[in-house]
Amino acid sequence: MKPAAFSYHRAASIDDAVNVLASAGGMARALAGGQSLMPMLNLRLAPLEILVDLGYLAELRQCAEQVNSVRYGTLVTHAAFEDRRVPDASNGLMPHVATRIAYRAVRNRGTIGGSIALADPAADWLPTLIALRAEITLAGPRGRRTVAVPDFVVGAYTTALQDDELIEAITVPRQSKSEKWGYYKVAPKAGEYAKSLAIVLLNVPGGSACVILGAVDGAPLRLPATALAALDGADEAALARATRAELMASGRDFSGIKLTLHTTTVVRAIMDARAK
Amino acid sequence: MKVSVALTVNRETIEASVEPRTNLADLLREQLRLTATHLGCEQGVCGACTVLIDGEPARSCLVLAASLDGADIRTLEGMADDPIMQVIKRAFHQEHGLQCGFCTPGMLISSWDILKRNPKRDAREIRVEMSGNLCRCTGYQGIVRSIVRAGQELSSGVSAIGAI
Repeated sequence: MKPAAFSYHRAASIDDAVNVLASAGGMARALAGGQSLMPMLNLRLAPLEILVDLGYLAELRQCAEQVNSVRYGTLVTHAAFEDRRVPDASNGLMPHVATRIAYRAVRNRGTIGGSIALADPAADWLPTLIALRAEITLAGPRGRRTVAVPDFVVGAYTTALQDDELIEAITVPRQSKSEKWGYYKVAPKAGEYAKSLAIVLLNVPGGSACVILGAVDGAPLRLPATALAALDGADEAALARATRAELMASGRDFSGIKLTLHTTTVVRAIMDARAK
Repeated sequence: MKVSVALTVNRETIEASVEPRTNLADLLREQLRLTATHLGCEQGVCGACTVLIDGEPARSCLVLAASLDGADIRTLEGMADDPIMQVIKRAFHQEHGLQCGFCTPGMLISSWDILKRNPKRDAREIRVEMSGNLCRCTGYQGIVRSIVRAGQELSSGVSAIGAI
């Protein structure tokens, strides 16, 4: 299908984009790489009066290396992470995650900022950025504000982003060299969104661990008890028990098959981290 | 209100006036009459409309023409003289890499990209890399065979090709 008619504004600056977003009464959307928004417009799923194209703002494609972190512009593409054309703060986790997003033709245009702005519960960047303790810089009519990723994701397709704000950058702290990462994704159809997705960070010498489960209903789920079991060296059977127990106590509603699926994903991600 | 864009299509400078909702595929097919680019699903899944934007494959159904001011577009029509593409086309011919041919332009452009980035790829890697291009005739065996063959020819004759 073709999109319904809308008007188009090529943003000349971040302030210009914010002004147009603010004056549109909630009927404007910012266009980053368009790899989710364009299908939604083609399917006429997203109501829209004015599209604000951020694509000409070179500053949103830039990265800045800081002593303890790397700041990624919102328009950095998945392919740029995949090809390591941008600095990596994550010991290789972000390039690995990027490689497994959709297809190359989509990764060439799809952006990290666009992905997290949509907050699809089955997408890859949100659980990854939660695990990495990243912060998101939002630009709006009242200036800039910075939010931690868990405070940014309210639920499925719901974020702290206001109608008159856009994502300017994502800042990822440099991860400890003694930290190992694990990743496991269940996506039966190549390139499609995940059925289950787990990100694990394991720092045995540093005594810290983090387990994040994505592709659940709502925001990604943190599993601290499972992370502790992983740190304590629990074997696979014990890890599976810990994961299942924590999922059942999470307050989310999992069917039996989803419990088994997510438990398997989490255990495999932990084993992936341990194997590194 | 229409939007003016100036872009390069197959090395030719094009100035066009487009509706904001016009995607690149429709600009190519309907205004420029470049009909090698096919539209299948119009939601980014099938890969039939894949073209090169600034040298990289992209879905022309998921990119607005209005957002391409200054961009460099190449379609299959503009790659007739490309040495890598000639090897790939010949391999598709020899290994039965097409049946009805609807998906073929997208298949050829995606193949060109993966072999240009690395011609030494095995069949499994090719299947993963090509997973974003669907063939409704299900002719995948021949398609994968064609790309494997093209990759072998390209990696054995790197100096003769010169463009890798």
